[in-house]
Amino acid sequence: MNNFAYEQAENIGKAVEFSSNNSASKYIAGGTNLIDLLKYNIATAEMLVDINHIPEHKAIEEKSDGSLRLGAFVTNADTAYHPQIEARYPLLSKAILAGASAQIRNMATNGGNLLQRTRCYFFYDPATPCNKREPGTGCSAIGGYNRIMAILGTSENCIAVFPSDMCVALAALEAVVNISGTEGDRSLEFADFHRLPGDTPHLDNNLKEGEIITSIDLPEKGFDKNYSYLKLRDRSSYAFALVSVATGLELENNLIKEVRIALGGLAHKPWRVKEAEDFLKDKEPSMENFASAAEMILRGAIGFEHNSFKIELAKRAIVRNCMMALNPESQQPGAQPSL
Amino acid sequence: MIDQPQIGQPISRLEGRAKVTGTAKYAGEYNVDGLLYGYVVNSTITKGKITQIDTSAAKEIEGVIEVFTHENRPSLAWFDMQYSDMDAPPGSPFRPLQNAEIKYNGQPIALVVAETFELARYAASILKVSYEEESFATDLYQNQDKGRDPKVGMATFLKPLPPKPKGDFEKEYAASVAQVSAEYVHGTEHHNPMELFATTTIYEGDGKVTIYDKTQGTVNCQLYVGNIFGLHFKNVRVISPYVGGAFGSGLRPQYQLFMSVMAALELKRAVRVTLDRHQMYTFGHRPPTVQQLNFGADENGVVNAIKHTAIAETSQHEDYTEVVVNWSNILYPAKNTKLEYQLVPLDVYSPLDMRAPGGSTASHAIESTMDALAFKLSIDPVQFRLINYADMDVAENRPFSSKELKQCYIQGAERFGWSKRNPELRSMRRGNKLIGYGMATGFWESMTIPARAEAVLTKEGKLRVSSAVTDIGTGTLTVMTQIAADELGLPLEDVQFNYGDSKMPFAPIQGGSFTVSTVGSAIKSAGKALRKKILKKAREMDNSPFKNADDNDISFERGGISLNSNPAVMVFFKEIIAASGNKEIKTTNMSVPNVFKLKKYTRAAHSAAFVEVEIDEELGTIQVTRAVTAVAAGNIINPKTARSQILGGMVWGISKALYEETISDHRFGKYMNQNLAEYHIPVHADIHELDVIFVEEKDEIVNELGSKGVGEIGLVAMAPAIANAIFHATGKRINHLPIHFDELI
Repeated sequence: MNNFAYEQAENIGKAVEFSSNNSASKYIAGGTNLIDLLKYNIATAEMLVDINHIPEHKAIEEKSDGSLRLGAFVTNADTAYHPQIEARYPLLSKAILAGASAQIRNMATNGGNLLQRTRCYFFYDPATPCNKREPGTGCSAIGGYNRIMAILGTSENCIAVFPSDMCVALAALEAVVNISGTEGDRSLEFADFHRLPGDTPHLDNNLKEGEIITSIDLPEKGFDKNYSYLKLRDRSSYAFALVSVATGLELENNLIKEVRIALGGLAHKPWRVKEAEDFLKDKEPSMENFASAAEMILRGAIGFEHNSFKIELAKRAIVRNCMMALNPESQQPGAQPSL
Repeated sequence: MIDQPQIGQPISRLEGRAKVTGTAKYAGEYNVDGLLYGYVVNSTITKGKITQIDTSAAKEIEGVIEVFTHENRPSLAWFDMQYSDMDAPPGSPFRPLQNAEIKYNGQPIALVVAETFELARYAASILKVSYEEESFATDLYQNQDKGRDPKVGMATFLKPLPPKPKGDFEKEYAASVAQVSAEYVHGTEHHNPMELFATTTIYEGDGKVTIYDKTQGTVNCQLYVGNIFGLHFKNVRVISPYVGGAFGSGLRPQYQLFMSVMAALELKRAVRVTLDRHQMYTFGHRPPTVQQLNFGADENGVVNAIKHTAIAETSQHEDYTEVVVNWSNILYPAKNTKLEYQLVPLDVYSPLDMRAPGGSTASHAIESTMDALAFKLSIDPVQFRLINYADMDVAENRPFSSKELKQCYIQGAERFGWSKRNPELRSMRRGNKLIGYGMATGFWESMTIPARAEAVLTKEGKLRVSSAVTDIGTGTLTVMTQIAADELGLPLEDVQFNYGDSKMPFAPIQGGSFTVSTVGSAIKSAGKALRKKILKKAREMDNSPFKNADDNDISFERGGISLNSNPAVMVFFKEIIAASGNKEIKTTNMSVPNVFKLKKYTRAAHSAAFVEVEIDEELGTIQVTRAVTAVAAGNIINPKTARSQILGGMVWGISKALYEETISDHRFGKYMNQNLAEYHIPVHADIHELDVIFVEEKDEIVNELGSKGVGEIGLVAMAPAIANAIFHATGKRINHLPIHFDELI
């Protein structure tokens, strides 16, 4: 970690100003990922712009259109345990609580959650080639130990996975990300926020330089009756997903009126396939139908030496999680499988 | 007569409060004015030479004091022997900063010393190191053909090589009614104690240093430092009062000790060197192994033919060995055996004992093979062990000093409810989960080595004992206090045990489950000598009621001596002290095990583990829902701390079976998951019901305490019991560890 300047921003405008005056600056909120990256020289910054002292964007507020706005600086823990989230968006609450540890969730913010970096071993080791860390050097994961890597949306340049749990639920809920920058404010659909690696694996998302996430809007529909988050991983807590699934179902006369299925642990961004969701519409919520949808979602998946298991595992996880969504009380702490 | 012996009482850790309230200080927490901080730079290549280290930019930073490399390090001892330590395997010990040669990835190549830790770390990051790289090999599996016999050395005394072949294995195996042939593959593991490795060296002037070190052996480090830096041993004091876990990683002096002392002596200032979690992966580790087992049994289930070969990794510079294959025949008395153990030197650091070294490796292979054989013969796994029960050690042709393993099987099975097991595979269910029951045998050798202890009756009539031994978190302080208390019949509060300081009487490194046996015995003999001296002083008192009494006629109790024939006749220790010139009474004694007597017996602790697993049939996820371990380890000095040792071992066994692995990338020759987020050990949610039984076992041979040590035995049987339970639940036999859940779908 190098010596860096430190500035506290008292509002968003000031933060953006600090940032635009120093292209080698970084915003710091919870710091649960950034500090590690700085310590191991994976990220460097000449200046840290502390955005924790900005009084705005620290609340969860209902908007007039029925949607709910999550301040970017609200912690993951406060979000997960917020009564409105628990009541209206339990899928989001479950997904957050399946991530990291209690200590990290107490520090990490909602905005920061969207911006966490991959857990790819090679990304974290500056002595190995990594296109995400150092474009043009190559991808060590493709020919290396790639059990935790992606099977969907990969490129020859990068097979890293975006590790968030919260974002899998946000993708399913079709959240909207509100952003401020030097050129003013804008919003991005959640599906458009994160990127696939392509030939620019160093870019995780579509934020422009100096832009800052101010809030996340949750549309009114929260799937509070039929939802489930399932996370399959190598231990019961404090491990990143090998496969995770967020399912929201809306049922009418025992037919699926609307469904959202988002996957984590499989790609460079939360993964959704519209075709599969459309297929399920007006169908019975049966294992057979979910299995057909799972086939569609995993279409085009490519396994690598150590992670081909993810293809079959993901299909089974989708079916299980959709069945769990029919009976949300079946959910276990840590988003472990039940039923 | 002692009113209530302290031995056998479930005493809570005496230092527990200090530890949980944060007042217990560790090696990296001793502060002095003007303390400097060192940060180690590690090689990013695996093999080759350093062609240049450009330190100029680092040195220009204000607050950076010095950068030490192989080019400017002080002149040090010349001979390999001087770099050796109590736990050094045969070979040539690693010398930090010796020359430009790189022997392994992560090798320490420089130390940056600065006024703050952060500054030192930053300066370390801007050193420009150029290398000339050479090709290397780190993959054991791909290099098995390079296996060779290990070199013999001092270490072979505690780690005997395999016995010679017996009978005719090939013929007997071929004639066996049931055969099992299987390969078992284990990867590298790292100790990962909670406390990071740190050394704070205080420069006292005149070539004198006081060193606070994270270690499992204060005297070991004292000798190492003295030898390398040419210091008088009396000028090197190593203190290690609290150790936040070590599990073997502190058995040898690690390079932060060298770095800290070197810098302190050169700069004549206090220097602390702390290694971070990454750097904990740059020295000793449990070596990867490949084992091949062929067991054959007759129609009655008698195992007649045993072949067990193991190939293990070692470094290019030392022959680290473990006792692996020997156990097959100690446990199961086959007459036709072939046991082989080979090493493959690779471009890695020397492996290092890690909790239950060798034993936990062997047990997984032996006990999985036994399980597979029992299944083939349709014999219950417990019954199968009883059929093949060894009443004596046929490998060495000698009896066991004690062996209540049969009771471990019986009591463990009873507590677990083994009789409810349906022998058919995939036959037991709970909802959509498959249930599996598995069991396995555990073993751990009970060693005793020489140690010294001092016992002092203080002027206040209290007892003070001391030994240089560390307490690596196992409860040594508590247990030694209990042992000492009984020597003079005192309550615990009247006994002080001083430890963790090389100034105190000699103790060997703390490991191998031999500390209670070794240091406990030294305390007992010091206590015995002290009793003799006290009685002598008591006899010399005016009008002494003990004039004609000898040891058998008196009791040490209630803070004094009483006559057995009339307990009302009593002299308090304080009175004895007052009568003998108000001087404390002191003895220092050495306990030397009677090797000739001990050699006539095989001495080992045993255990039986019973495990229930619950497996999601579709998704493969595994939970160890219940486990019972029954242990026969002789006399249990403190049932509470001993139980904690077994519980910790069981948790470790679960970790070994299902979670723990150091991921190697052999293209780079390095470890990839060097942190606790990616190096998985169990979390609370992975651990369910654990139960411990101590089976009664009397042992008058093993040592005066009759106690065998419990540091490793809790771990040994767990991994195979889990693997066997998974087989029972799913019908899948997975012979490498850890078992990942996705292998079950």
